[in-house]
Amino acid sequence: MTTADNMNGWEIVIGLEVHVQLLTESKIFSGASTRFGAEPNTQACAIDLGMPGVLPVVNEAVYPKAIAFGLAVGAEIGARSVFDRKNYFYPDLPKGYQITQMDHPIVLGGHADIMLESGELKTINITRAHLEEDAGKSLHEDFQGMTGVDLNRAGTPLLEIVSEPDMRSVAEAVAYAKYIHQLVTYLDVSDGEMSQGSMRCDANVSIRRFGETEMGTRTETKNINSFRFLERAIIHEINRQVAILETGGRVVQETRLYDPDRDETRPMRSKETANDYRYFPEPDLLPVLIDEAYIQDVRNKMPELPSEKRIRFEREHDLPEADAIILTSTTQLADYFERVAATGGDSRLAANWVRVELLSKLNKASIALEEAPVSAEQLGSIVTRIRDKTISGTIAKTVFDGLWSGQAESADDFIASHDLQQVSGTDELEPIVSAIIANNPKQAEQYRSGKTKLLGFFVGQVMKETGGKANPQQVSELTKKLLT
Amino acid sequence: MKVTRDVVEKIAELAQLQIPDGELAAVSEKMSRVLDLVEEMQSADTAGIEPMANPLDATQLLRPDVVTEHDQRRLYQDIAPETKDGLYLVPKVID
Amino acid sequence: MLHERTITELRLGLENGEFSAEELTRHYLSRLEGPSQDINAFITVTGNIALERAKKSDIDRSKGHAGPLSGIPIAHKDVFCTRGVRTSAGSLILDKFIAPYSATVVEKLEQAGAVMLGKTNQDEFAMGSSNENSHYGPVLNPWDRTRVPGGSSGGSAAAVAAGLCAASTGTDTGGSIRQPSSFCGVTGIKPTYGRISRWGIIAYASSLDQAGPITQTAEDAALMLEVMAGHDPKDSTSIAAGVPRYTDSLANPIKGLRIGLCQEYFDEGLDATTGKLIMEAVAVLESQGAVISEVSLSTTRYAVPAYYVIAPAECSANLSRYDGVRFGHRCENPKDLDDLYKRTRSEAFGNEVKQRILVGAFALSTGYYDAYYRKAQQVRRLIRNDFQEAFKTVDLLLSPTAPTPAFRIGEKSDDQVAMYLQDIYTISSNLAGLPAISIPAGIHGHLPTGLQLIGNYLDEARLLNVAHQYQLQTNWHKLSPPAGGTA
Repeated sequence: MTTADNMNGWEIVIGLEVHVQLLTESKIFSGASTRFGAEPNTQACAIDLGMPGVLPVVNEAVYPKAIAFGLAVGAEIGARSVFDRKNYFYPDLPKGYQITQMDHPIVLGGHADIMLESGELKTINITRAHLEEDAGKSLHEDFQGMTGVDLNRAGTPLLEIVSEPDMRSVAEAVAYAKYIHQLVTYLDVSDGEMSQGSMRCDANVSIRRFGETEMGTRTETKNINSFRFLERAIIHEINRQVAILETGGRVVQETRLYDPDRDETRPMRSKETANDYRYFPEPDLLPVLIDEAYIQDVRNKMPELPSEKRIRFEREHDLPEADAIILTSTTQLADYFERVAATGGDSRLAANWVRVELLSKLNKASIALEEAPVSAEQLGSIVTRIRDKTISGTIAKTVFDGLWSGQAESADDFIASHDLQQVSGTDELEPIVSAIIANNPKQAEQYRSGKTKLLGFFVGQVMKETGGKANPQQVSELTKKLLT
Repeated sequence: MKVTRDVVEKIAELAQLQIPDGELAAVSEKMSRVLDLVEEMQSADTAGIEPMANPLDATQLLRPDVVTEHDQRRLYQDIAPETKDGLYLVPKVID
Repeated sequence: MLHERTITELRLGLENGEFSAEELTRHYLSRLEGPSQDINAFITVTGNIALERAKKSDIDRSKGHAGPLSGIPIAHKDVFCTRGVRTSAGSLILDKFIAPYSATVVEKLEQAGAVMLGKTNQDEFAMGSSNENSHYGPVLNPWDRTRVPGGSSGGSAAAVAAGLCAASTGTDTGGSIRQPSSFCGVTGIKPTYGRISRWGIIAYASSLDQAGPITQTAEDAALMLEVMAGHDPKDSTSIAAGVPRYTDSLANPIKGLRIGLCQEYFDEGLDATTGKLIMEAVAVLESQGAVISEVSLSTTRYAVPAYYVIAPAECSANLSRYDGVRFGHRCENPKDLDDLYKRTRSEAFGNEVKQRILVGAFALSTGYYDAYYRKAQQVRRLIRNDFQEAFKTVDLLLSPTAPTPAFRIGEKSDDQVAMYLQDIYTISSNLAGLPAISIPAGIHGHLPTGLQLIGNYLDEARLLNVAHQYQLQTNWHKLSPPAGGTA
């Protein structure tokens, strides 16, 4: 069984818990830095280490971010946001409890409208999203048979977004995760760097017979840090559960880990032995009250959301939906496109160039948009010259390559220095066209006797002769005229 | 309230405390006596009373998002039981 | 004798050049090596640091930079983190813990010029009412070395009583400043919850813990509190209100002051002689113009039960960080993680601490949370409301601090519940977060007896004012324990 989406009579039920690292300078309860990649334990201060006598104080930056997310998914914002202690022992949890939110989360409800491959929208309901601190990291390389603990991550602010079990296929789960990722990066809530752990998913998966109303026993697969692993982990888990149920077994409710090296999930042996977390309100912190004015202020400062941008692109830039979806996939790309369109004066042309040429170049070079050697203004100047017919589309690609490899500062410089200006004057073109006709009498004869398809042959010859600079439309007109 | 040995064992596991078999009876007896003392509270009429987390019903003041802590790993790890290469060491953890 | 002088008197002597801070410190340090140290009031004496600080204080004074407590030798309960100095909280688990930072209280007192002589003994993690639960052995009451000094700040109270420091700091979660102050014949105030920063104080029960000074007089307490109190951005629960000059209002007359006697605090559990001494003190205040009336706090009987749910619940989480990983005791050769946790914690926590962790974990566990923890937090609000109702008709409440004077060492150590009832008069103010003070109010046989005043929120100034006025009329606070302590 290789596909998990369509399996004889089994319905898949998936809910996701997405942990998003909030983009802040300092930790949620301490003044230690959240910068990625520091030497072990150099960014773990006394508070992060849970030393005796230390106390947490909440970072104000986490609220506008969490609230912006809540507003973006149409959620209710908790007017009274309270932290709780979740108690369990683990080496990466310095205090022996995690400060999180249980009864009074910051975000209540909401929904994500994901687009399915069919183009339909499906609503995935969001149960809640709450603020919490991240744990540290256990390093399992061998230290004389021991495990090393790095607490730099401890206390990093997280927003845990919990969905309802509304997803019915692996594709929906991945689409939902991508939707959340796009939203949080759009809102600057998170940098979304999954390879750095800025977004991780726990997948709650169960299966049941179609028509069954009761939920099947679910498992929770933790700490999945890429969309691909998410897909693989869920597929593996579904296959495992189907195999169990079809041989008359029972699925055990448990926490599992996805091992990308082996492409399998396996039960976690340690963390969950004692799963009575004994939540209670964190007495070292007080309730945070959030009033309507505060929420309004966050709302006013919110950037355009992906769906809003997509609709605007379709309308303002007259783009087909498919193009608009691609161009609004990240704010960076959308901004880039809009600058190209503004400079170039032609949205559709700009959209084409960004979507096709730019993206494939970036893809080939495996670099991010921010690192693209051609700026939006440079690409815009190419679009300008296509639009005013200074160059043809074919020549434009040469110009783009030239700018990409740094051979010139602007499209105009490159066109001038390489003498690429389109030749479109009749005076210049007529002698060339006449000569081509004269040199190909046989084809000219065939054309005149009705084989008009040969027009392309003549145009091609002229283009070749002019090094692509001739205006192909002009050439076509002239050829037709001179051959009759 | 009578606390059984099973409950004591379960709670001790949660609290990561070891209670030798020989002491289980005494510990459950002591816990039971404290819970008997506490029982008095159950007769209080608390219907509709909001639990009190802070005496002054104060609310949280927030901290500006500024990095104020610098690296003090050496100071902190000087008092650690076992470290290597800047990491705290614990017996092998198997996930 | 220098060590019999109050802070106010010592300040005068230092200002007049009668003696230097260094001389004063040397005097106290010699006492800490003399016969009185047998009461085991100190866990750590920091002689070198003290002398260094004293010398600096003398230099500061010569330059005209003397702080309000410049050169005054004090001691900190070992629950306050002191940078570079062992901070044990009376526990084996922190026996080797050298604090990398200081508590805000410690820093404030240091900035005010106070000289730290050392760290005082206490019940382990401040859990206890007799100081018998210390890894470093019990503290003996200087008035009678066969008796307990009270707890958990027993070392701090005994040290002031025995003239081993001019003043000390303590913490009070259910009576841990007031009850030992009562047992040792000294003055101790627990301010409003949040009045003093908890930063750097090793937590027992976060929503109840509050620091305060232990001194010979109310005037000294005012001086100390002025320095110790104030908002701290590092403690979210500290109160963002300015600190009054408590010393400015000490002289206010108390004529017309309405004092309420809480009926429930004069119950059948109260020792008869103690009750009589308290009523004599009431008469003194009445003669000064105070108006006495009876009030009822009907929720009093729920206080001890609610406390023994909330405090253990919070401590069960607060003490999870002692896991042998980053600091503190670690068991020998742990065979796996489970063994590391369980053996470290079981061998290094004392019995009372383990007992409270278990009760607390139980009260929070699935199926019991609502009936225990939530219920107790609701009861807490009832208790608070009860007090607020009483404060509509009276300005202060007056009661004995403890039902009996100091009891014998070992007398209650087998009877946990009897020990818990020691705090029956002090616990309510912790649950409500109200300020309360204990002052000496008579001698019961050969033992001191304490009187408690409870005020409304942030009304420390009035508590100190009344206590001071009482002390102007009485000499109980001036009595020192007999040398060697009678048996």
